[in-house]
Amino acid sequence: MTDALIAETITITAGNGDTIEAYSARSLDGSPRGGVVVIHHLPGYDDSTKEIARRFAYHGYNAIMPNLYWRQAPGASPDDAAATVRAQGGVLDEQLVTDVDGCITYLKGLPNSNGKVGTIGYCSGGRQSFLAAVSLPLDAAVDCYGAFVTGTLPENFPLKVTTLVDRTRDLSCPLLGLFGEEDAHPSLAEVAELEEALKAAGKTYEFHVYRNAGHAFFSVNRPAYRVEAANDGWERIFAFYGKYLSA
Amino acid sequence: MCTYITEKVAISGSAKGASGWMSVSDSSVYLDHPVHAPFGHTLNIDFLAPERGPSGRVAVELSQESARALVKAIQTVLGAAPPGLD
Repeated sequence: MTDALIAETITITAGNGDTIEAYSARSLDGSPRGGVVVIHHLPGYDDSTKEIARRFAYHGYNAIMPNLYWRQAPGASPDDAAATVRAQGGVLDEQLVTDVDGCITYLKGLPNSNGKVGTIGYCSGGRQSFLAAVSLPLDAAVDCYGAFVTGTLPENFPLKVTTLVDRTRDLSCPLLGLFGEEDAHPSLAEVAELEEALKAAGKTYEFHVYRNAGHAFFSVNRPAYRVEAANDGWERIFAFYGKYLSA
Repeated sequence: MCTYITEKVAISGSAKGASGWMSVSDSSVYLDHPVHAPFGHTLNIDFLAPERGPSGRVAVELSQESARALVKAIQTVLGAAPPGLD
């Protein structure tokens, strides 16, 4: 057994054959283990989300974060890439799914993979984690305060996406949802709508709504950070993955 | 939430970025999560030189209060300018 890990920028092949950049953080121990696809938030493929990938590797998982903005802004700094993609209306759902598909293939192809893969995403990535889980075969998915899985899109919303609640029956794996009570998007009503849909579809799920927390409470470098919610949330995430991504 | 709400404005002028001065032809004005400013959402302005790619950008992230103050200051200064200046 070793706790050594490697973290590096690599290229992978997306599900549609495109080559994209990704950040891989993985254990050097040879014993079988699960993999995690980390889906970054709107501000991009940034240092803080790379740190999250390394955290999963430290805890024994193989993690990979695709650069969702690689096609539109290859080689650009994360903030410039985010601004470019944002001005274009964000990442299309089809592109997100094919990128996560490529990440799943990468993780399952690692010599120490146990064949199980989960996703996790924050903010817009929370919705995209749910999107991946209703589109691809996965073993676990975590949605951290993703807006517009349920609810109603604002009028003239520039992002060309839809809500996803109608696809709940396609959910391929257990879902862990972590939300802030003070968040407006998703609101408590929107979280409740998703919970009702999961119940109606007979899906396995676990939701936690934290008091004194709003959107982005996991973000240690932002004023929204809430230590109690984040600490408990991390414990829930590792318990959930321990249950569903172990051999 | 990620608002994605954006106003795009064609502009004429220059901005100074990491590599020096550049001519800028476009701007994006939006209210969304900042990269650096210590707020949940900020009024962000990107001054853009599109021919330079994604890095052809001078960005500011302002609290909503300071953005409103800035708008007022700009209008005050423009309104006080002597006629005939080009």
